[in-house]
Amino acid sequence: MSARHAASPGRRDEGRAQPAGGGDGEYTTYYGRPVVKAPPWEVDIPAYMFAGGLAAGSSLLAAGGDLTGRPALRRAGRLTAAGALGFSMVALIHDLGRPGRFLNMLRTMKLTSPMSVGTWILSLYGGPAGLAAASEVARWAGLRRGPFRLLAALDRPAGVAAGLTAPPVAAYTAVLLADTATPSWHESYRELPFVFCGSAAAAAGGAAMILAPADQAGPARRLAVGGAVAEVAAEQRMERSMGLTAEPLHHGKAGKLMTAAKYLTAGGAALSLLAGRSRVAAVTAGAALLAGSACTRLGIFEAGIASAEDPKYTVVPQRERLRRGQPVRYEG
Amino acid sequence: MSSNRLFGPVDPATEAGYVDPPPRKGFFTDTSVCIGCKACEVACKEWNLIPDDGFDLLGSSYDNTGALGGSTWRHVAFVEQPTRRVDLGMPGMGPPEEAAVDTPVPQGPSAPPPGAGYEDVDALAAAGRMTAPLTGPGAAEEPPDFRWLMSSDVCKHCTHAACLDVCPTGALFRTEFGTVVVQDDVCNGCGYCVAACPYGVIERRKGPEGTPNVGIAQKCTLCYDRLGAGMEPACAKACPTDSIQFGDVEELRARAERRLAEVQASGEDRAQLYGHDPDDGVGGAGAFFLLLDEPEVYGLPPDPVVTTRDLPAMFNRAGLAGLALLAGAAAAFLGGRR
Repeated sequence: MSARHAASPGRRDEGRAQPAGGGDGEYTTYYGRPVVKAPPWEVDIPAYMFAGGLAAGSSLLAAGGDLTGRPALRRAGRLTAAGALGFSMVALIHDLGRPGRFLNMLRTMKLTSPMSVGTWILSLYGGPAGLAAASEVARWAGLRRGPFRLLAALDRPAGVAAGLTAPPVAAYTAVLLADTATPSWHESYRELPFVFCGSAAAAAGGAAMILAPADQAGPARRLAVGGAVAEVAAEQRMERSMGLTAEPLHHGKAGKLMTAAKYLTAGGAALSLLAGRSRVAAVTAGAALLAGSACTRLGIFEAGIASAEDPKYTVVPQRERLRRGQPVRYEG
Repeated sequence: MSSNRLFGPVDPATEAGYVDPPPRKGFFTDTSVCIGCKACEVACKEWNLIPDDGFDLLGSSYDNTGALGGSTWRHVAFVEQPTRRVDLGMPGMGPPEEAAVDTPVPQGPSAPPPGAGYEDVDALAAAGRMTAPLTGPGAAEEPPDFRWLMSSDVCKHCTHAACLDVCPTGALFRTEFGTVVVQDDVCNGCGYCVAACPYGVIERRKGPEGTPNVGIAQKCTLCYDRLGAGMEPACAKACPTDSIQFGDVEELRARAERRLAEVQASGEDRAQLYGHDPDDGVGGAGAFFLLLDEPEVYGLPPDPVVTTRDLPAMFNRAGLAGLALLAGAAAAFLGGRR
């Protein structure tokens, strides 16, 4: 017996097998089992995406702070970036089935694999970002002689290079999710990079508002507000273009996370308008923006997993295409 | 980039860089003659030394395997369906219509009388019904019968294989036979292929510590080792009804078309080929099927598409978003005094 479902969310009643492609809103599955497999990824992956975005945005703020004479902003940005990057790498390696083989990522370079492209983007970014942070630590420790002179000479070039290579770090993670058969990730590919870049800007702005004094954190506040607005707007647009596969963003764990993300991001952005005058407001707004960014990544991650586990999101859009007489065919 | 590298008809081995490769190999699985014996599942496990992945009763007809996965490279699906009977011309389905009445069943001295031990199920009558006419006198009184759909599923060895495209280590590769194989000594278990496959075939192997290749993505290799030695894959070799047919993809496609015409002529109006079309969403599968109902009835996606078809568009969108982030950051510094 195969299962037949009414297309109301979450309903999974079993029925006698019927011809597929019957009336509207009904679809057939094999005992309600998933068609595609959810990736075997744990919370490491959304945590990595959050940290990667935070690192990227922070490097941008650090480079700007350096070039415009805001040393505290530079310092906060560089150290945040290095910390977040280190955390990212640990999370990425921990998620592998064979962590001991993580270096196999570097044995090839494949444009068809966003994970391969991302590994090289991270490698490109990691060097200057690490160097800029090391230089910051050396300056703080008063180390100026010998090899540290070279480090000091590389201070600004490394910081600027980290800033310029940072945006791909924030953007590619969206392609990483979208280039799958996971329905709610693939269908989001048009807007997801904007959601993730907005989220990165909001998180980095939030972190810098916490760490840097208010008189140097003006750019951080503006980046945070701009990022938050962009994230919320892109997310709304994304949901409209995803069709049926937007549904998992509103249900269960993913639904709660996405709602929390919206309130935290919007609230954090509103509060950061007061952050120039109040330290308490700055810290609260920064924390809300960081939490909002983390919730966005987690929510989109969970929605994807849910969309893979319910065959509805694989079968219905494909069956609808066939019903309309528009199967995906090559038209050379 | 040469044409059709991500989408559209192409010869996968040539596209992968093989010079003068052997003809593309594949499976044509004719589910209309599958008897659900699972010899393919067993032969596959035996030949490829695949560990067990649980002995659970799933309550899904005779399917206690569940799905393809890291330790299941052939999976026989069982669907019990109410339907009219259709004679598919399978051998051994029962006595011919008239002969069943006219000719007594030959009985040896030790053979039990017909029906002995079958009081509850009238086997001969049931066998007779299998060849009963669909229409005409008598058809109206026939109680609605059911049928079993059985189908041995396997990796499709897509022309445009998403698993291979997204693999970041190069562990997945295209063989000279046009098939897709994982090198288990290279794979680092990133799991990307698992999410990329539009059919849910490949999976990271689960199991207790000590199980071979735990944490590594695994799937059907079309018995790459046997192919290299000029032998057919273990499942096809073991299939007692030739439901699983191995051969050159081009020849199998022609054979599939002929068989489809036969099955349709016998009254199976929902019979269809699945995965044979080089213009479809994966550029045609190396392993394709004759199904007796819609694909999703068997747990197959009805219109699968290789996700990397949209990859150029995805990278373009990400590039725009990255530039917007850079511009936004610059504006944040230019936009105010503090």
